[in-house]
Amino acid sequence: MHLTLEFGGGLELLLEKSIKMHKVDVQPIDGQEKVMMKGLLSWVKSNLIKERPEMFLKGDSVRPGVLVLINDCDWELCGGLDAELEEKDVVVFISTLHGVL
Amino acid sequence: MEAMAGELARLRAEREELDRRIRLLESQLEATPRSSASPAGEAIGGGGGGIGAAACPIRRRGNGFSAADGLPADMIYRYSRHLLLPDFGVEGQRKLSGSSILVVGAGGLGSPVALYLAACGVGCLGIVDGDDVELNNLHRQIIHKEAYVGLSKVKSAADACREINSSIKVVEHHHTLKPCNALEIVRNYDIVVDATDNLPTRYMISDCCVLLNKPLVSGAALGLEGQLTVYHHNGSPCYRCLFPNPPPVAACQRCSDSGVLGVVPGVIGCLQALEAIKVATDVGEPLSGRMLLFDALSARIRIVKIRGSSSVCTVCGENSAFTQDDFQEFDYENFTQSPMSDKSAPSLDLLPESDRITCKEYKRLVDNGEPHLLLDVRPAHHFQITSVSQSLNIPLSELEEKLQILETSLKETMNTSTLDKVPPLFVVCRRGNDSQLAVQLLREKGFLSAKDIIGGLQSWARDVDHDFPVY
Ligand SMILES: [Zn+2]
Repeated sequence: MHLTLEFGGGLELLLEKSIKMHKVDVQPIDGQEKVMMKGLLSWVKSNLIKERPEMFLKGDSVRPGVLVLINDCDWELCGGLDAELEEKDVVVFISTLHGVL
Repeated sequence: MEAMAGELARLRAEREELDRRIRLLESQLEATPRSSASPAGEAIGGGGGGIGAAACPIRRRGNGFSAADGLPADMIYRYSRHLLLPDFGVEGQRKLSGSSILVVGAGGLGSPVALYLAACGVGCLGIVDGDDVELNNLHRQIIHKEAYVGLSKVKSAADACREINSSIKVVEHHHTLKPCNALEIVRNYDIVVDATDNLPTRYMISDCCVLLNKPLVSGAALGLEGQLTVYHHNGSPCYRCLFPNPPPVAACQRCSDSGVLGVVPGVIGCLQALEAIKVATDVGEPLSGRMLLFDALSARIRIVKIRGSSSVCTVCGENSAFTQDDFQEFDYENFTQSPMSDKSAPSLDLLPESDRITCKEYKRLVDNGEPHLLLDVRPAHHFQITSVSQSLNIPLSELEEKLQILETSLKETMNTSTLDKVPPLFVVCRRGNDSQLAVQLLREKGFLSAKDIIGGLQSWARDVDHDFPVY
């Protein structure tokens, strides 16, 4: 399944060469028909995250302070970890900024 | 320079005194012949009760409109381009002039917010900040001028706003917003703009706005990115609905502080001013329940839908037991494990005394020509800004994989000296936190001569080399 993944707010620093946008092909976990957010998170952890995975994940979800958006919509409104992804979906992971005054 | 600054300050004080006297005379003049007219704008906006000394007492005549519907001629002229907007018009301008807005933070975000709100004729503009203007603020905090370096940011910002629009009320709050003073200050305003730079203050302002039921226009900018949303308005979430738990501290206490391109907070600040105006005038669709994400590098703006107010939120939820008393007692720095201000940023204390030396001790050892190796663990782009001569740069993040380089350098240092043992290895960074982490790592890896230079290059510039550039 082809997905576009985007990382922002500093999360890109955890990836190789700090690249923000990734076009990827993710397969469902064995026995499942669709790619779920839960599966995508572990796929990202094993395939994209290069350092400090604890700055991305906590337990089986994202760490506090990270917003997840599926097609520009808060994943909390789409089922969170159980959200099912569709071909060509865009998933954005963004860390909240506190800022430099 | 100093004499000029002094003269400027003196002239400004004189002008202010004159302004004060003019206002006084004006009000006396006005009060005499037309005692029947009620003060304009008084009835508009819900600034809340309790108008204390620091309050926003409201709505000077100069800015407002007469009780009848007509606008004073000078106001029609000043705001004509607003009045010509069919969607905004007289009604919008009237609401704006009757509203009071508090800007928390007179920095990179707060600068354009305050400037635009002043220029567009908001009735009462409050500015709260406890810091002074510093030279390294000026590239992004465009409200401040060189002449104000060393003076209070609030004073500087308020003066700038008054210069642009003398008909509005500007209230100066010369202190950092804290749980002990926030309720009292925020109470007097209709809308709050969060233009601050740190996590504990963001939670605090959000909680305060929920308790006092004020819409919160929240913006943030860092590096080349910005974020913006309106919390606690039209069913939108509060900060805690979105982020019930604070993020982990990791990386927060590192010396490698982040930069920001000056115009990025400028863009976000302008949008905050816009949202504040929309909320104040009830014109258009405010950015509530949605969040704007700005990526300057790729020139992308994304507007996303976010969750609504959570029924189980500990502060704004249905069964919230969070009271104003709880608020005043709440330890936001402890909750987020991060400081409310840069200045109170705690320094790490990881190492025994014997593994550390002061900058002065290090200088003495250099002067005595004692063989050693100086390792600078700042990121490479920091090292490019400035460095101490003869130091080796291996960023902390790469240290573990580059121990070999260090090993080689130590051997070279040993060979070129008369030492028959491993030479001392001193580790420095910007402020003395990363260097401790590095020494800890190095000692674990068998580099037993590693010592931390206390306080980093910041102390070096303060205590040893006054010409060393600070950044
Ligand atoms: Zn809430």
